[in-house]
Formats: sequence, structure tokens, C-alpha cells
Amino acid sequence: MTHSLVAMSYIVATILFILSLSGLSNQESARKGNYYGMLGMAIAIAATTLSAAVSAYALLIVGLLVGGSIGARAALKVEMTQMPELVAIMHSLVGMAAVLVGYANFMDNTVVIDGVEKTIHELEIYLGILIGAVTFSGSVIAFCKLSERISGKPMLLPGRHWFNLFLLIASIVLAGFFLQQTEHGSGLIPLSIMTFVALVFGVHMVMAIGGADMPVVVSMLNSYSGWAAAATGFMLSNDLLIVTGALVGSSGAILSYIMCRAMNRHFLSVIAGGFGTASGGETMAIEGEIQPIDAEETAQLLKAAKNIMIIPGYGMAVAQAQHTVNEITKLLRGKGKKVRFGIHPVAGRMPGHMNVLLAEAKVPYDIVYEMDEINDDFTNVDVSIVIGANDIVNPSALNDPNSPIAGMPVLECWKGETTIVLKRSMASGYAGVGNPLFVLDNTRMLFGDANTTMQAVLKALKE
Amino acid sequence: MKIGIPKEIHQGEKRVATTPEAATQIIKLGFSVSIESGAGLNADISDEAYKQVGVEIIADTRALWKQSNIIMKVRAPEYNLELDIEEIDLLTSGACLISFIWPAQNEALMQKLAAKQVTVLAMDSVPRMSRAQKLDALSSMANIAGYRAIIEAAQHFGRFFTGQITAAGKIPPAKVLVIGAGVAGLAAIGTAKGMGAIVRSFDTRPEVKEQIESMDAEFLMLDFKEEGGGTGGYAKTMSKEFIDAEMALFAEQAKEVDIIVTTALIPGKPAPKLITAAMVASMKAGSVIVDLAAEQGGNCELTEKDAVVVKHGVTIIGYSNLPSRLANQSSQLYSTNLRHLLTELCPSKDGVINVNMEDEVIRGTTVIKEGKITWPPPPPTLSAAPSKPTAAPAATVDHVSVAKHPFKELLPLLIAGLVLFSVGAVAPESFMAHFTVFILACFVGYQVIWNVSPSLHTPLMSVTNAISGIIVIGALVQISATSVIVSSLAGLAILIASINITGGFLVTRRMLEMFRK
Repeated sequence: MTHSLVAMSYIVATILFILSLSGLSNQESARKGNYYGMLGMAIAIAATTLSAAVSAYALLIVGLLVGGSIGARAALKVEMTQMPELVAIMHSLVGMAAVLVGYANFMDNTVVIDGVEKTIHELEIYLGILIGAVTFSGSVIAFCKLSERISGKPMLLPGRHWFNLFLLIASIVLAGFFLQQTEHGSGLIPLSIMTFVALVFGVHMVMAIGGADMPVVVSMLNSYSGWAAAATGFMLSNDLLIVTGALVGSSGAILSYIMCRAMNRHFLSVIAGGFGTASGGETMAIEGEIQPIDAEETAQLLKAAKNIMIIPGYGMAVAQAQHTVNEITKLLRGKGKKVRFGIHPVAGRMPGHMNVLLAEAKVPYDIVYEMDEINDDFTNVDVSIVIGANDIVNPSALNDPNSPIAGMPVLECWKGETTIVLKRSMASGYAGVGNPLFVLDNTRMLFGDANTTMQAVLKALKE
Repeated sequence: MKIGIPKEIHQGEKRVATTPEAATQIIKLGFSVSIESGAGLNADISDEAYKQVGVEIIADTRALWKQSNIIMKVRAPEYNLELDIEEIDLLTSGACLISFIWPAQNEALMQKLAAKQVTVLAMDSVPRMSRAQKLDALSSMANIAGYRAIIEAAQHFGRFFTGQITAAGKIPPAKVLVIGAGVAGLAAIGTAKGMGAIVRSFDTRPEVKEQIESMDAEFLMLDFKEEGGGTGGYAKTMSKEFIDAEMALFAEQAKEVDIIVTTALIPGKPAPKLITAAMVASMKAGSVIVDLAAEQGGNCELTEKDAVVVKHGVTIIGYSNLPSRLANQSSQLYSTNLRHLLTELCPSKDGVINVNMEDEVIRGTTVIKEGKITWPPPPPTLSAAPSKPTAAPAATVDHVSVAKHPFKELLPLLIAGLVLFSVGAVAPESFMAHFTVFILACFVGYQVIWNVSPSLHTPLMSVTNAISGIIVIGALVQISATSVIVSSLAGLAILIASINITGGFLVTRRMLEMFRK
């Protein structure tokens, strides 16, 4: 294939990728969009493989086949509740690939350039490896946290901001050394040290972030993986890589922004880690008593209600309760009741996590609403069921300026007639904030594992 | 500590202070429970049922009182004819008595109790606040009284409550007037509504209008401005003009309605006379009046306490103890109230009560503490404290935005401009071409991603994952390098990136297949 033909194929692939992302604007076009993406990727790989630059087909095909089958296996086996882990580990793979490509490019001496162009090229390699390494180690830690291989609690080292600053300065200084040494054809040592520094930085950054901030972390790493690809594109002077990387990078950045806004937190404060360090003053003490309820009484309430709202949280994912919830939804809808789902943007551990779980359980997506769509409608709701959620239904976000989550938009379920909160115990949410919702007069607490209790409710409803 | 439940000796009292269900819970709190043999019989609870849950049955009344540290009763202590002794004298000194007392009306009783050096908790003095609702025996009993009032009325009323059109003719629905929409009044409204009657209700407190209307009853408006709400959610005495207007309303209604249920009570005072003899005379023959205030003298002039009389063709029911006529139900609710009180008194669940006068609920309920009369309690700080945050939450905290200094807003732009300038100053042309592509792609991405439906954010992440596998291109162009290290690094990168590509696309497809209408 001629150089121009390859470039043309790249343009087609680019357009297909853009179409693939824009297809996600609604559920119908999304499926088609996904196929556009696959087609674009196939064209890009085929065009590159057939281009003049490639001759080692054996190695290439083995790599593609082995990697492809591993990926396919993972995609078909993964449980929907494990999606955040899968996404995180895939980010780490992009990071890893960026590091490898960066090193390969650095050691490849066939292309000879010099002057400013050489400096820029070296800097591109340096940046690509840096971003790739941060993405890699950060994603691995995120994966471990999400799959509970390590604790979700933020690890806050003393002077962690200074440590981060030190790592940043170290990588800038190393860049200087690296550029100096590449003049003489070496530079592998500063490059390796920098890689190590970047890996440490990625680990440290994600370790300091708590479980509730995971949606931000996952989308941020998503963004990084895009920037890593874009940096690689600069390094190889490949526009397809640049465009695709930029698309993915801005996608992740926007997602991070949406997640931060949903928590009313500043992006930097999430990345800096920890929670609640910034708020001054005493938070309001929570007074009052919780009123427990049992599954049978819950069923009675549901039978009497006309308008029901279900608010799922991470607890539903942990208990795998989505199928039982769907059974209950079907039963209630069969009785002519209006059942809807209210989803908070940061419910779960990943943007859109709850939607995927509900979709898996075959809950029709037209009864699943975003927070902004239904928040004004709670006054008409007879019964809200909060399943394993805490911070996203915390009234102190609105009325206690000293609360660590003050100003975060929340689902205002307490405006409905009755709220039933399913919870394993009276522990605080991930944010470690007490929730006055639990002691409101119109709140009832249903304690126990979400799936077991929902099954009991289902049984009682059928009687 | 040992809890004793004596048999009620008041004439006609069928309730019992503890049911087997409540006893089970109380025993869990660490107490031991004994009951006088036959105490539950009138409420249809056998000794056997108590025995099964581990309650000791004691036949001898004196022995029961003697051995108990805590006595739980329904009625205030009185003279035991059978044993020829005051119940108070049966109390051991230092013991604790929990029952209805009515300290305002029973001063002599209070003095005698204080002289016995006992602690007394009065179930009628539980403060009216949200936290104390579950031990509010007045409310739970009033609820039963309201229900029973309608049942009694139905018993003496010669017609259906609900309207029907049958082959044998048309039946008009009964019209019920409920005066006083407290707990009992609302329960009466609900019951009458449930039986199909047309229900109207009147109350001096305008704030209950909403509650009445929420039960689908009609609120009778009085064209008169005066606040009827006293402290603690009870009614207060109204002015003369108000009462005149009110009486005129009742006189008019009396001619029209079939059943009147009166529940008007003002704490510590005789019941207001609302239904005069003339009004009764103006009612249709066969009508029924149920006077729930009979105990305090009655809301109707013609009421006779504890009796059913027929005056001017109207049946007037003056039973003073309606809850006792639903003995099993009221025993259940009352014993649950008592159990909640014990839970409050014994937070450590070790079977020892702690009359903690710092606790507002316990403070209000305790009328005598170790021989010292502590009634009346200081006025409770009412419902205002834990007020619902629904009032104006949005107004209180806006999104915490601090007005930024204009320089602060310009600073990032300035820095970005400087960076772009310096890059432009040194970068070669080839770099600038790629840079243009990069910036444009960022903007395209920005535009496209904002349109993505939030419910598809997870598929978005997995598909961008797959697309960022495009880095495979970088590896592909290097795999044919002569250096073994380079080509093996590239090979490894291909392998890793293709995991991403297939994994990402396939898992996205799997997810998208699940989204269904």
C-alpha cells in the first residue's frame, strides 16, 4: 500500500471512531456505533499491516491472535458487577503498551533526525513513557482497590503533597539529564529512573483516593490512557494515533468533570486524595432515632403505594441484588404501579455503573432516570427504596454547610412520603459522613444484605 | 430486675399491660417477667401463652407485688376489694410503677405514691415529640377509641354506612360528623370513610385541615380568625365569640348528619359542652352520638358516663373506656408502648433500669422519682429542634462558589497563551501540523462526548478503552525493526493492545445488547 493510501485509510478509521463515540448518544444508535468502531479498528490495523513499514508478519499475527483471544475471553466471562475492575485493568494495558512502544521507539535508531526536531522527538518519547507509566501503575492500583484486593480506604502518607511535588520535580530534572545524554546517543538510565518515578507516582496517587471517589479515578485514568496514545502518536508522527488519543483523552476528561460536578468537588482535591480535609467548622450532630422495618411491612407499604422510586447504590452491586430488584419491579408494574429508578451520577464505582447493572437484569431503560430528570418529582413519590446507597441521598449535603459533602447534588428522596433504606448496618457511607436521612420521621430502615432482604420482600409481595 | 404484671381490678377494665409478644422482647432486655394468673384472660390471652414465652405465672396477688421491682399496669393503683387493701400499699418501697396516673386529676394518689418512696412513670405524661411517638400510649389508645367509636355507632345505627343502589331501592350513605380531629378523631374519620360514609370534621386548630383532607373527609371551615393550637399539639380554650360561631355551625350540622362523634378535650379541664340538648332534639330519629369525652363530663349535654341512653330518639353512647372494649388490640399496643419505654430506660440491655432525668422523654414521663414529685416537667422543647430539612434546603447552601478574582480567571488563559506562544516560537513545522490535528481532535471529542447519554457512560468507557488500543499501530510500525529488542518490545505491545481492542469492543457489545426498552 502506498503512503497516501494508508493515510486515507487512517482518515476513514478516524471518522468511524468519531461516529462510534457519537453513536453513544442513545441506546439504539449505540450498537451501530460499536460496529463502526470495530470496522475503524480493522481498517486501521489492516492498512498498517499492509503498509511498506511492516514485514515481520509472523510475530505480528501471533501477537494479534494471542492478545485478541485473551481479550475476547475476558470480555465474555466478566460479570457485569466487575465492569469497573475490567475497565481499570484495560486502562493499565494501554499504559503498558504506551511504555513499551516508547522504549521501542527510543531504541530504534533507524530514523535519523537532529536539531530541534530531535529534541522534540526525545521529549515526546519521554512524555509518552511518563504518561503511560502513570496510567499503568495507577490503573493497577485502581483495579486492586475495585476488586478489593487492597482496601478501598485512602492511604494518606504524611506530607504526601510534598512527596508528589518531589516526584514532579524529579521527573523534570530527569528530563534535563535525558536530553543531555541523548545528545551522545545514550539516555537509557535517566529514562528508566523516570519510568520508576512515574510508576511510584501512579501508585501513590491512586492509593490516596478513597472508594467513593473511584468514579473520578476511573474516568481520569481513562483520560490518561488517551493522552498516552496521543503522545505516542506525536512520537511516531502518526495522526491517527493523535486523533484517537485526543478523542479518548477528552472523553475521559469530560467524564471526570461530570463526576466531580456530581460530587461538588474540585478535580484537584479529588486527585490530591483524602476526604473532608478542607471543610471547617463542626458538622451538624445527627439527632433522633432510626425506625426499623421488616420485609413484610415493606411489602405492605409497596402494595399500598402507587408511585415508587428505586434508588440503587454500590450496595446493590455488592449484593448482586439487581435481578431480585427487577423481579420486584416487574411484579409491581404488573399491578399497575408506577415504578421508576433514580440514578445518581456517582452511584457505584464507575460512571454509568448502575445503568449497566440494571440493564443486565433486564430493567427496561425507559424507566431508569437520571438525577436531574426526577429530582423535582419526589413530592409525588409514595415510597422510595434506597438500596445500598448513602452519600447520594444525604440531606446534609444541602442543608449543612459544614458537611464534607456540602453542595453535592443528591437525590432528594426524603421529599416523598416514605423512604425505605436498605442497609447492611448503621455504618457511615464511604465519605464517612453521618446521614440524617436515616432518622427522619418518614424513613424506615430495612437492615440486612440487600439481596436477601429484597428476596424476602419479593416473597411477601407474592403472597 | 423483676417485672410484675398484676391483674387489672378496675371495674370493666379488660386490658393487660403485657402480651406474650411484648414479654419476649422485654425478657431479651434482660428482665424477668411475672404475671398474675388470669391477668390476660379478658384480653383473650391465656396463662399458658405467657408460660410458653418464659413468663412466670403467680397466683397470689400479694406475692407478685412483693417480689417485683417494677410493676406495670394499665390503670392507676386503686382499692382492691378482694384483698381489702390499697394497691399502693402492696408496692414495696423503692419499687417502680409504670401505668396511667393522670397526675393532674389525682393529687391524693400522687401524695400517697410519693409517701411510699417509689418511682412512678406515667404513661399519660409521655412528652409529645417525634422521638417519644413509639411510647405514646395516649395516641395508641386514642386510635383504638376512634375506631371503636364508629363501630359502636354502627351497632346502634339502623342503616348502612355506605350508599348503594339496589333492586330494592336506593340507600343514601350515612353522614358522619367528627368533632375534634386528634388521633381519635382521625381514626374515627378513617374508619367511617372505610365503611363508606360521608365524613365531615371540625377542629379549632386550622393546621389539622390538611390531615382531615388527606383522609378524604371534608373540613368544616369556620369563618372566624382565631388560633386554636395550644402547646404540645393539644387544643386550648377558645374565646366566647369563637364558641358562638362554632355552636351555630354544630346546630346546623346536627339537623343534617346521622352520626356525631365528639372527641373534644382540653388537657386538665372538663370537656367543653358542644352539643346542646336542643341540637340533639333537632337530629333525625335514629341518629347516634358517640361521646369520647364522657370521662371528662362529655361534649354532649345529655351524655351519661358509661351508659347508652336514648334521648329525643337519638342514641347517645357515653362509654368512657372504649379501648378496653377492644381489649386484645389495645393490650398489644399498650404493651408495645411499655416495651419501648423499657428500651429507653434500659439502653444497656442488662435488665436494670436507669431513670435518666437528662433524657427529655424519660424526664417527661417520670412523675415521681424516689418519693419526690417531679410533675409537672419543664415544658419540652418542641418539634422545632429536629425539624425536617425539607423546608428550604436548596436555599440554605448554594453550590459553594466563591466570587473569583478576575485575575484568577484570566491566569489559566494567560498561562495557556504563553505556553502556546513559546511552543509556536521554537517548534518546527512538522510538529505544528500534528499539533493542529491534536487540538482539533480534542475539540471534536469535547463536542461528541457531551452528547453521550449518562446511562451509557460505562459502555463509553469500555469503547474508548477499545479505541485507545489504537496504540497497536505504534507497535505495528516498529515490529519489523532490525533490533531484536525493539521488535520484541513491539510484539509485546501488540499483544497487550489487542487484548484491549477485542476485549473492549466485545464487552461493549455485550453491554449494549442488554439495554432494552
